[in-house]
Amino acid sequence: MTTPEVSSATPPLAKPDTFLLDGRAIPFTPGQTLMQAAQAAGVYIPHLCHHADFDPIGSCKVCSVRIQGRTVASCTMPARAGLVVESETPELHHDRQRLTQMLFVEGNHHCPFCEKSGACHLQAVAYHLDMQDTHFVHTAPHHEVDATHPDVWLDRSRCILCELCVRASREVDGKDVFAIGGRGAHTTLLVNSPSGQLHDSDVAVTDRAVHICPVGALMPKRQGFVIPIGQRPYDAADIAQRPEDS
Amino acid sequence: MSADAPNHTPTKKLRIATCSLAGCFGCHMSFLDVDEALADLIEHIEFDRSPFTDIKHVSEGGVDIGLIEGGLCNKENVEVLREFRARCTTLVAVGACAMYGGVPALRNGIPVSELVAEAYLGDDLHNPQIPSDPELPPLLNKVLPLHEVVPIDVTLAGCPPPAAAFRELILAALAERAAVIPRPDRHFD
Ligand code: SF4
Ligand code: SF4
Ligand code: FES
Repeated sequence: MTTPEVSSATPPLAKPDTFLLDGRAIPFTPGQTLMQAAQAAGVYIPHLCHHADFDPIGSCKVCSVRIQGRTVASCTMPARAGLVVESETPELHHDRQRLTQMLFVEGNHHCPFCEKSGACHLQAVAYHLDMQDTHFVHTAPHHEVDATHPDVWLDRSRCILCELCVRASREVDGKDVFAIGGRGAHTTLLVNSPSGQLHDSDVAVTDRAVHICPVGALMPKRQGFVIPIGQRPYDAADIAQRPEDS
Repeated sequence: MSADAPNHTPTKKLRIATCSLAGCFGCHMSFLDVDEALADLIEHIEFDRSPFTDIKHVSEGGVDIGLIEGGLCNKENVEVLREFRARCTTLVAVGACAMYGGVPALRNGIPVSELVAEAYLGDDLHNPQIPSDPELPPLLNKVLPLHEVVPIDVTLAGCPPPAAAFRELILAALAERAAVIPRPDRHFD
C-alpha cells in the first residue's frame, strides 16, 4: 500500500502565533511586543511612554501586565506563543492608578489652567483609571519655565520623562535636541544647547518632538485654549477609544 | 428634578457643613448651580456651619457631611480643617484646591518672605508695611492639599466640580449608597 503523494506548490499556511490576553487569543508576528500585538488587535493597554512610531523604553510602567505572577512592562516584553497574560485585573488597575498618582504628585499638574487639559494623555489615563484623588504627598517641584524660544516653550514641572521628545528629535527630526539627565528624583529633561535653553538649540516649532509630548510640558507657543471645551480629544471619548493618538 | 428625588421622608435631615479655606468660593457657587433642584433637596438637608448660614462652628454633636473647598494656606485653615475632621462623619475635599492645592499652590517653591515683600513693600505703595497684627493667621510655607493633613473620605475633582457632582453626592448620602460620579462630571479642569 502506498500513500499517494500530493504535490504542494504552496506550503501549508502557518497558523499565526498567538498569546492569551485576559483569555483572548492575540495574534502576533515574531519580534512584536505584547503592546504592539495588542494594539494591532485593537485591545487597549493603558500606557504613557509607549508610542507606536518609536522603539519602547519602558519608563512609566503604566502598561504593566502580569505573566505567571510576575509583573512586566507590556511595551518591552516580546510576545511569545502560548503566553498567558493578565491586564484587566483589580490588582493591576490599582497599581496603574498608584503609578499615575505618583506622576501627578511628582510634578505640578495644574489641569485647571493647563493648555493641554482635555488633550493630555496623563489626564486621560487618570480618567480611564477612575483616579479620584492624588493620594500621595505632593512634591511641588520648582522649575524655571524655559520660554526663551520664540515659538516653543517648556515647563519641566509637567514633564513625565517619557523621552518621546528625545526619541522624536533624534529619530525623526535628526537633531538630538533633548536628553534626560540627572539621577533619581533629580532626573530632568535637558536641552542640548550651549546655554541649556531652547533659544539657542536647533529646535523648531515644526519638529515632531514639539508635538509628540503627551502632556503639557513641551508646547508650541500661542496655540493654547484654541479648542472649545467639549470638543477636546478626551472630553467625550475615553483614551481607550482613540487608538490613533498613540 | 423628580425622577430620582428622594421619595422617602427621612426621620432626620442630612446635616451638611461647608467652608472655604484657601478657596475662591467658586466651588460654593457651583454647589448653588444645582439651581432649583436645591429647593427639592432643602426639605431633606440642613446646613450647619457654612458661608450660607451664620453658624460659626460645626456643631459639637457632629454633622453627616463636611464639604471643604480650598487647600491650606494659613494656620487658621488648619484649625478649621481639624474641627471639620473631628465633627464630620464624611469629609469631602471639594475641587482642585482641596484636592492638590490648586492655583494657590503656584506659590509653593517661592519663600513666603519674598511673596509678602512683593505684595506689601513695593516702592509705589502708600505707607508700605508688612501686616503684623496678631489677629492675622500666619501663612504656611507651602499651600497644602487637605489629604496631607487629615484623612479625606471623598474627593470631588474639578475647578470647580460640576453641580451634578454635588447633587449626586447628596442624593447618594440620602439613599445611603456610595456616590457614583460619572466620568464627564469628574474632570480635573
Ligand atoms: S517634555 Fe514631554 S515628551 Fe519630553 S520627556 Fe517630558 S513629557 Fe516626555
Ligand atoms: S477648585 Fe477652583 S473653583 Fe474651587 S475654590 Fe479652587 S479655584 Fe475656586
Ligand atoms: S508604556 Fe510601557 S513602560 Fe511606559
